Amino acid sequence: MDTAMLIEKSVLVLLLFLISLGVAAYQTYFERKLAAWIQDRVGPDRAGPFGILQPIADGTKMFLKEDFIPAKADKWLFIIGPGISMFTALITSSVIPWGTNLSLFGRDISLQVADFNIGILFVFGVVSIGVYGIMIGGWASNNKYSLYGAIRASSQMISYELAMGISAITIVMLTGSLSLNDIVESQHGMNWNVFYQPVAFFVFFITSLAELNRAPFDLPECESELIGGYHTEYSSMKLGLYLFSEYTSMFVSAAIMATLFFGGYNFPGMDAFSGNVLAILSITAFALKIFLFIFVIMWIRWTIPRFRFDQLMHLGWKVLIPVAIVNMLITGIVVAWNQGWM
Amino acid sequence: MSLQMISVILGSLTIASALMVVLSKHPIRSVIYLVITFFFISSMYILMNAQFLAIVNMIVYAGAIMVLFLFVLMLLNLNKEAEPETSRMGAITAVIAGGTLFLVMITALRDTFQYGKGYTPVKVQDAGLVEQLGKMLFSKYLVPFEISSILFIAAMVGAVLLAKREKQVID
Repeated sequence: MDTAMLIEKSVLVLLLFLISLGVAAYQTYFERKLAAWIQDRVGPDRAGPFGILQPIADGTKMFLKEDFIPAKADKWLFIIGPGISMFTALITSSVIPWGTNLSLFGRDISLQVADFNIGILFVFGVVSIGVYGIMIGGWASNNKYSLYGAIRASSQMISYELAMGISAITIVMLTGSLSLNDIVESQHGMNWNVFYQPVAFFVFFITSLAELNRAPFDLPECESELIGGYHTEYSSMKLGLYLFSEYTSMFVSAAIMATLFFGGYNFPGMDAFSGNVLAILSITAFALKIFLFIFVIMWIRWTIPRFRFDQLMHLGWKVLIPVAIVNMLITGIVVAWNQGWM
Repeated sequence: MSLQMISVILGSLTIASALMVVLSKHPIRSVIYLVITFFFISSMYILMNAQFLAIVNMIVYAGAIMVLFLFVLMLLNLNKEAEPETSRMGAITAVIAGGTLFLVMITALRDTFQYGKGYTPVKVQDAGLVEQLGKMLFSKYLVPFEISSILFIAAMVGAVLLAKREKQVID
C-alpha cells in the first residue's frame, strides 16, 4: 500500500464519517417535519428559517446536559454501551460502494473504503454485533425497564437476523459473489435485483426495520410500556449517542437495501456518461435512492401502530422465515437450472 | 511491523482475554471477555487470510451464541446469596476432568510439533476463501457436512418438542 492510497482512503473514511453524522443529524429534523406533516402540524420552525438549525440546537443541548451515571449501575459497561452502538452503526459504511471510480489528481479513486470479497457477510457480522450496545447498556443501567428493553432487543434481533440472512442469500446466488462491489456491478443500468427477487426484498425490508428497532418493531424502547426502554437511565450525550446511532444505522441500512436490491449507484441510461460526470451522477442516484428509503421507513413509523411482542415473534418465526426459505429454494433451483446442472 | 510480531501480540491478547473470562468475578463480564476473545480469534483468521472463517466466527459465535448466553445470564438472579454451594467432591471431579482435557490438548499440540514440521501449506493465499471452502465442503467432506446438518435439525426438533411439552394458550 503506497502513501497516496493511504491518504486517499483516510480522506474517504473521514468524509464518510462526517457525512454519516451530518445525514443522521438532519434525519432527525426530517423525521420531525415529516411527522408534523402527516399529523397536520407545523413541526420545528423556531431555530433558523424553517427550523433548519434545529438539529444543531438539539446536539448542543445534548452536550450541555448533566451526564449522570446511576449509583448502582455497572460503570464501565454503562459507558461502553452507547459507544458500541455508535461504532457498529458507523463501521458498515466502509464496505458500501458509493459510486463509480472518480479520477482526481491523475489517480483512479474507488469510492469504496474496503472491497472485501465477503462484503455482505461483513455487514451481517456488524449487524449481529450491534445488539451488544443495547444489551450491555440496558443491563448495566440496573433498571428493570432497561433490562426488559435489552432482552426484547436481543431476542428480536436474533429472530429477525435469520430471515434477513436467508433473504440476502438469494442475491448471492444470483450474483455468484459475496462482494458488494460485484453485486452492484451485476445490476448495471436498470438490471436491478428487486425485479428478480421481489419476495426477498420484501422480507429484507421488514427484517431491516426490525433490526433497526424502528416502528412498528420498536418494542425495545416503546414508551407506553417501558418508559424509555433500554436507554431509560441514560442522559446527556450518552443518550444522544444511542439516538444518533439509530439514525446512522437507518442511513446505512437504507444504503445497504439500495445496494443489494435497487442497483446501488446504477441508474438507467448510465452508459451515455463516463469519467467524473458518471461518478458524480452515480453518487447522486445512490443518494436519491437512500433518501427514498429513509422516507419510506419514516412514513411507516408514523403510519403503522406497534406490534405486540408475541405478534412480532409470530411474524418473524412463522411467516418471514418460511417465506424466505421457500424463496431461497426456488431461487436455487432456477439458478441451477439456468447453469445446466439439472 | 512484521507479520510475526503482529501474530505474537494478537496471540498474547487472546490468551489474556481468555484468562480474564475465568478470572473475572462477574458472569456478565466473563461473557463479554469471551466475546472479546472471539474477536481476537477472528483477527488471527484474518491474519491467515481466512476472511470467510473470521466473519463466520464473528456472526455465529460472537453474534448469536454469546448473545444467547448473555440473554440467559441477564435473566438469572446473580446475587452472592443465590450461589449454590460447591462441595469438595465437585471440586475434585472438576479438577480431574479439566486436567484430562488439558492432557489431551497437550498431546495434540505435541503431535503438531512432531508431524507438522515437514508440512508446507499449499496456496496459503486463498485457503480460507469461500470458493475453496465450498469446494472442500461439497466434495471431500460432503458426508460429514450433511450428517452434521442432520444433527442440527435433530437438535432443533428436540428443542421445539421440549418447549411444546407444556401446552401454553396464547390467543
